[in-house]
Amino acid sequence: MNITKTLLAGVAALMVGAAPGSAADAVLNIYNWNDYIAPDTVPAFEKATGIKVSYDLYDANETLEGKLSAGNSGYDIVVPTLVPFAARQIKAGFYQPLDKSKLPNYGHLDKGLLARMEAQDSGNAHLVPWLSAIVVMGYNVDKIKQIMPEAPLDSLRMVFDPKVVEKFKECGVSIMDSPTEVFPPALLWLGLNPDSKKAEDLKKAADLLKQIRPSVRRFDSSEYINALADGDICLAWGYSSDMEVAKHRAIEAGKGVNISVVIPKEGAERYIDVLAIPKDAPHPEAALKFINFIMQPEEIAKTSSKVYAMSGNADAKPFVSPEAAADPVIFPSPEVEKTLFTITASDPATDRLRTRLWTEIKTGH
Amino acid sequence: MSVSETRKRALGRFLVIAIPFIWLGALFLAPFLIVAKISLSTAAVAIPPYEPLISWAEDGALVLTLHVGNYKLIFSDPVYLIAYASSLRNAAVTVVFTLLLGYPLAYFIATRRENWRAPLLLLVMLPFWTSFLIRIYAWIGILKPNGVINGVLIWLGLIDKPLMILNTNFAVAVGMVYGYLPFMVLPLYAHLEKMDWSLLEAARDLGAKPARVFREVTLPLSAPGIVAGSLLVFIPAVGEYIVPALLGGPDTLTIGATLWNEFFSNRDWPVASTVAVALIALLVAPLLALQHHRAKGVKTMSDKP
Repeated sequence: MNITKTLLAGVAALMVGAAPGSAADAVLNIYNWNDYIAPDTVPAFEKATGIKVSYDLYDANETLEGKLSAGNSGYDIVVPTLVPFAARQIKAGFYQPLDKSKLPNYGHLDKGLLARMEAQDSGNAHLVPWLSAIVVMGYNVDKIKQIMPEAPLDSLRMVFDPKVVEKFKECGVSIMDSPTEVFPPALLWLGLNPDSKKAEDLKKAADLLKQIRPSVRRFDSSEYINALADGDICLAWGYSSDMEVAKHRAIEAGKGVNISVVIPKEGAERYIDVLAIPKDAPHPEAALKFINFIMQPEEIAKTSSKVYAMSGNADAKPFVSPEAAADPVIFPSPEVEKTLFTITASDPATDRLRTRLWTEIKTGH
Repeated sequence: MSVSETRKRALGRFLVIAIPFIWLGALFLAPFLIVAKISLSTAAVAIPPYEPLISWAEDGALVLTLHVGNYKLIFSDPVYLIAYASSLRNAAVTVVFTLLLGYPLAYFIATRRENWRAPLLLLVMLPFWTSFLIRIYAWIGILKPNGVINGVLIWLGLIDKPLMILNTNFAVAVGMVYGYLPFMVLPLYAHLEKMDWSLLEAARDLGAKPARVFREVTLPLSAPGIVAGSLLVFIPAVGEYIVPALLGGPDTLTIGATLWNEFFSNRDWPVASTVAVALIALLVAPLLALQHHRAKGVKTMSDKP
């Protein structure tokens, strides 16, 4: 096994162009979500530090976890979602502790958010908050109003009431292809605990989802941004930051597609995406430099404005664009914030049951 | 012949045979054994995410633990068999349509003047210069509700609201046939091109009509090309992931998607490996049967006086 590992490490080192842990950290390999950074952040960092960044994208936590599970991914910075992903990845030993003496900008971070993260990452040893957003609904408002003038736009009924959602079948309904973002609201709509791990509750939610299934055209986690912006679909369930990107792309395209992003009044899932350095990162020094760079309030504010998500930086809000700062989906009022919930990690048996139910919902088998 | 010369020949023969075996061993057998090994393990929260097969017990004994539960699982839950069946059906549809489209195309190219054949073949291979993923994405733009096909049909006044082509099994078939067509055309062309065309002339001279010439001369002579092309299309088409994922609807259940679920949603590499091993068994068994059948055919032919 050791020979294999050494060989793999050698191959990984060749691929990223430097020996693991070499002193000259002139390269940084970042693996982040699609549409999740301001376009000038990486060039600004390269200019400030002389470090060359290579930047790869994924559209699902599962993809990231798959790469990291194999070991020697070659990445220096990754951006998992806190729960359940980063939480269990810390337990499995995926990440190295952060050397906070090299992070002088750490003090800008939101203390409340850090306290919330401590439950998963004791002493905030491994993770730094990147952005936080909400799982919400997005509409092509004009098409929805045309079909159903009295549509309950602010309610989960739009997606989870089979009689309501079927009206929008023709104009296109897209749901995230991720059971962990769809079971919680289905449970909530049924009046159950959205974080429930009970098999009977999950089956009840699956029965509800099977009823809305005929109305869903597509289950996907990234294509819906363009589909919504182009008017190919009129109702989507997904990440608020993605929906906001779609909304602004539609405005830029100027084809008269008018998109609205809504937090359901019954409650919604708030998720926190975090920065972490994999244990076998080839350039941990460069990774720390990047984390410190992005913790400058002005820098993270650019990303926060560009991708329409709240940052984990307490001092960044004054630098956020006025339009983003005034957006109630990015910065909800304290009353709305109270209705937002977070979910916790589940055991492998629950994961398997949920995935199996998800396949059954999607394919009927 | 001297002894050393015989020895040299034996060595030469050994090397000629050894090279393809080393190739198969390194690129097929070794990866397969790694996958087969993981399929006998159980999932764990670690790097790599499965338990080692060999461990030391407390009393110092070396313990080899083999879990066969994964194999039981994929036969007890019908979803895996349904996924296999649907992948096999997709692949079969792809073979039939690539053959129907590819045969006339290969025949056309093979019957052109010699200086025309190379440019025509180049046109068949030209799409390979663009990434497969990008070409399939282009089909989204062609097939989607606001896309090219619907735009043209609406402009012509043939339909008044967009047809739902994207995210259907039809779209998957279109994407698969498009993607695998060159794999059918190239071996067919290779066989048709080296065919002895004077045999066709002879058949015509003996009074056979064109349809009969094709059925009794061209088709049997190009049969090895049909078999080679069909296998080249069928085998990768069974495991195809990209086309159903991008062009298919949510009810498109394939073995590729099942593997993704096991690997990424369940983080269960052992079950994923089991699905992969079963897929290989499913593909290799018919190939072996075919090989056996062919070998028998050759034998009976050579047995004839």
